[in-house]
Amino acid sequence: MTDVTLAELCIFACSEAFRNNGEVVATGVGPVPRLAASLAKLTHSPELMMTDGEAYLVEQPVPLGPRGYDDRKAAGYLPFSRFFDAAVWTGRRHAMVTPTQIDRFGQINLSQLGGTHQQPKTQMLGVRGFPGNTIYHPNSFFFPSHTSRVFVAGEVDMVSGVGYNPAKRVPGGNYSAVDLRSIVTNLCVMDFGGPDNAIRVVSLHPGVTFAQVQEATGFELIDAVTGETALPDGEALAIIASLDPHNIRGSVIKDNPTIGRAA
Amino acid sequence: MTMLDKRMTPAEIVGQLSDGMTLGIGGWGPRRKPMALVREILRSDLKDLTVVAYGGADVGMLCAAGKVKKLVFAFVSLDAIPLEPWFRKAREAGQIEVLELDEGMFQWGLKAAAFGLPFLPTRVGLGTDLAELGGLKTVQSPYADGEVLIAMPALKLDAALLHVNRSDWRGNIHAFGPDVYYDEWFARAAAKTYVSCEQLVDRMEDHYPAEAQANIVERAFISGVTEIPGGAHPSSMPPAYGWDMKAFKAYTDAAKEPGNWAEVADRFVASDEQTYLAGFGGVEAVKALPLPIF
Repeated sequence: MTDVTLAELCIFACSEAFRNNGEVVATGVGPVPRLAASLAKLTHSPELMMTDGEAYLVEQPVPLGPRGYDDRKAAGYLPFSRFFDAAVWTGRRHAMVTPTQIDRFGQINLSQLGGTHQQPKTQMLGVRGFPGNTIYHPNSFFFPSHTSRVFVAGEVDMVSGVGYNPAKRVPGGNYSAVDLRSIVTNLCVMDFGGPDNAIRVVSLHPGVTFAQVQEATGFELIDAVTGETALPDGEALAIIASLDPHNIRGSVIKDNPTIGRAA
Repeated sequence: MTMLDKRMTPAEIVGQLSDGMTLGIGGWGPRRKPMALVREILRSDLKDLTVVAYGGADVGMLCAAGKVKKLVFAFVSLDAIPLEPWFRKAREAGQIEVLELDEGMFQWGLKAAAFGLPFLPTRVGLGTDLAELGGLKTVQSPYADGEVLIAMPALKLDAALLHVNRSDWRGNIHAFGPDVYYDEWFARAAAKTYVSCEQLVDRMEDHYPAEAQANIVERAFISGVTEIPGGAHPSSMPPAYGWDMKAFKAYTDAAKEPGNWAEVADRFVASDEQTYLAGFGGVEAVKALPLPIF
């Protein structure tokens, strides 16, 4: 029996988002999404492609944290200088990211909070590649802290990624590749499977109730819970540990709680 | 007659720039930035620039020093330090105009400029706030599909700055490292491109004839070259050296305390490049900085 942390449960749940994706670039930004994509490749979905986080495609996922610079073994090449040509604008990618805000339409914000565009109250990164990612390829999300500051009422402060908001859709545009898949948080797993792509809770992490999730969310959720989020098995835990030898995953969720025991 | 000897001093390069210009800066976040040329701008009285960059400390410093009238950007970040502190201050003070773009739209705008087109069509930006905030217009496909697309305007540059691994005096440049980002397109989008390099050689073909694939953009696009070893510091310049995270941290801390650029410019810009580098252990220390691990 091995203790399972909430972070490991989330990695396991996130890795499911990359199942049956085909030969696409799986990009996980941040420790949990990156470990999830790597776990998916090493278990159920070896067809996934991924980079070393810099410019090369690797068939052996690169572990997190300090290691030798040349430990990676490149099998291919995908630098930023051809990322849009090859991965993003051809739709051959699935990214899992952590925006600062998300709303009921799946619109996301990484740019700024409050104030105006000329003078934001809080400036963040900028929209980065979110507008292109969301109109061209599948996207999923991981949030280590599920609160109504992240899952906001109304709409996000600056729409940096395309969602399912009909009012935002310029008529005549092609939105056929907008494909928001999975949302994993420290409380639950959600998808966009409700009417008009409304967000549904599909599984709750051990000990969490739907009411608790609803309480932590700024908009109404659909209860489509089919059960508890699955615990990772021993094999998955061993792979996660080997990919994260410095236990960076232990710093992702507040207090790094233990959630149960794996057989 | 075309001047084939393109050697210039950093001060001569900055002397070619003028107030109000649109200036592209190559590199990506904390990587491959022509920081020595940026510092030379910071030592000058140049002002009211429109800066076009995949931004890192280049953007942060120019904003902090009040050189920027308008910024065209998709992000400004130091990677391991995600939020660029001085850019953030300038934004939160409402100090600069901005055109915020997606990373892919950005390079698309450089390509439109390179090809002399008014715009290139793209789906990117639809369904987000970018078009409305940036005043971006749409176009409709004239073919049977009738698709409505964003018309990404050309990002025409009056000048671009790059830092590369080596050049000869004619502007035959070599750029190494795992990724050269969009440096090539900054050069093609610009009326003039000025390049600093780690190493200046006489005739490239006499020195490195086997490495011509590293010539990412042809010399017709290069107007001036200058040798500045360590010229990307504190950003990374693979394979020569990695970024200086300690320097980035000090720079980030300085945005909080004292929080005033004038008080720290001496340290992060200095009166000349040699003095600047001496403050960070000299060029040998820079060249010993390990390459970053991602």
